[in-house]
Amino acid sequence: MDQFLQQMVNGLSLGSIYALIALGYTMVYGIIKLINFAHGDIYMIGAYIGFAATTYVHLGFFPALILSMIVCAILGMIIERVAYKPLRNSSRITVLITAIGVSLLLEYSMMFFVGAEVRSYPKVLTNHLFHFGGVRVNMQQIYILVTAVALMILLQYIVTKTKTGKAMRAVSIDKDAAQLMGIRVDKTISITFAIGSAFAGAAGVLVGIYYNSIDPLMGMMPGLKAFVAAVFGGIGSIPGAMIGGLAIGIMETLVAGYGNSMYRDAAVFAFLILILILKPSGLLGKNEREKV
Amino acid sequence: MRVLSKKNIMILAGLILTFAIVYALRNFGILTSFHEITIAMVCINIILGVSLNLITGFTGQLSLGHAGFMAIGAYVCALINMELNSTFGFILGVLAGAIIAALVGVLIGIPTLRLKGDYLAIATLGMAEIIRVIFLNLEITNGAAGLNGIPRYTNWFWLFFFTVTTVVLISNFINSSHGRACISIREDEIAAESMGINTTQYKVIAFAIGAFFAGIAGALYSSYFYFLRPEIFGFLKSIDILIIVVLGGLGSITGSVIAGILIAVLTAALQSFAALRMIIYALLLIIIMLFRPQGIMGTKEITDLLNFSKRE
Repeated sequence: MDQFLQQMVNGLSLGSIYALIALGYTMVYGIIKLINFAHGDIYMIGAYIGFAATTYVHLGFFPALILSMIVCAILGMIIERVAYKPLRNSSRITVLITAIGVSLLLEYSMMFFVGAEVRSYPKVLTNHLFHFGGVRVNMQQIYILVTAVALMILLQYIVTKTKTGKAMRAVSIDKDAAQLMGIRVDKTISITFAIGSAFAGAAGVLVGIYYNSIDPLMGMMPGLKAFVAAVFGGIGSIPGAMIGGLAIGIMETLVAGYGNSMYRDAAVFAFLILILILKPSGLLGKNEREKV
Repeated sequence: MRVLSKKNIMILAGLILTFAIVYALRNFGILTSFHEITIAMVCINIILGVSLNLITGFTGQLSLGHAGFMAIGAYVCALINMELNSTFGFILGVLAGAIIAALVGVLIGIPTLRLKGDYLAIATLGMAEIIRVIFLNLEITNGAAGLNGIPRYTNWFWLFFFTVTTVVLISNFINSSHGRACISIREDEIAAESMGINTTQYKVIAFAIGAFFAGIAGALYSSYFYFLRPEIFGFLKSIDILIIVVLGGLGSITGSVIAGILIAVLTAALQSFAALRMIIYALLLIIIMLFRPQGIMGTKEITDLLNFSKRE
């Protein structure tokens, strides 16, 4: 039982990181129907910025987190402006291939400039252990959970209570109608990318602290898994992405803990194929009617 | 249309000439082993590009898992070949690899091809990843260390033979009524369905044929390079193949052939700058999509450009 609870705690920490990345996927997909393959790499860049900020500038945890979020937000907006905006009216396959291109470009530019080697994060947080019965929870896990929950509450507030959030929801429901109502669609899409990328940046710093190692290709797998999480929760749904992220994190830790850890990536993808076959709209997603 | 039309005779002459020139250069010792590897990669790239083009370019189903089928062909052929170690074993291995890849293609295609666009892309990516993880964990494939000492039977004759066979069979398929049905799915799936085309069936057929030839490419690869490791067939390999198709033009076999040659030469030239090569690939993808989304050839073939049909 203790071991199971321990796995759940580890799964929740990993899952809240996936959830933060999945939020960006789901928001971008909701608004322009694009799987932003580069999203996982923005998370990687976030991790490197956090690394640089803590190692060379000796910033603390929160300043590094905020710096990384700001830089990633700007990067996300630039990517949207340069690569995706000119393709607003192209076929989806074209935009998807562009997104793959952007993803490769970020990964290998990073590899070219900072080198391919794995770097280890400095100890920003204390390694203090708390014991709850037989379950060990360390300081990092608490920071990860608290930061993730705080960011999700902030996002929920932005989307449901502010004018920008209202515009984002309007654009995701019907872009043309939103434009007719005087909403600046391009600006709204830009803001969506900024928020999503900022969350990915935060996830990058958190994962760097949690796993203590970063490399230029680290974004590939978590990016894809976060996408699986977004699909599981129902793509386009913000609460869905949070639930999906936590579920995938817990599932992965359980497979690694009780089964063969070599199979955990395969398990996530097998799970994706199952969802797509059984309930493609996901847990909280809406069914879309096909129109001729 | 006659079998021995002027067009076909010219194509045949061109093929024989190409074969003879490379054969002669090789026998006179003008080609170094570096050239020979590049030539092998050209042929393998062409087979991979043309077969993925059938799925993605002609049938319009974006697949990000082509390397998975290649892996199946490679491993099956290598295992048979290491057991038998003869030309017969090699041919048996190539065919068995291709057939098993096609069967897996059908098995995976039936559930996943109901999905559209982006979802299909992710599902195929996941499928290739699952195949890779299975090879990584099986006893018989020797896990992450991979297979070593696979006997080499792939030579210029077999490379040329399989490349030409692939191109001829796939272009004939596309010009048949079945191929036209596939193209109609790309153009408008709902319209195709309402014209009585069983879209799921044709998507699965295209997927299986694509997988079959990817299996052949994998088999040739395994029997040329002596060793196999699961990580060769990762996500990046699938992207490599996609780049060939996109660069050449979605829906042009000639385009895939040209792009297959270009990419193989580019890869060989940038061999010692791996990161730089990937940056160039990435920029290539983005620039093509932004400025020339139809690729080098669009949906045209070389035969359209040379205007054979009018002269006849």
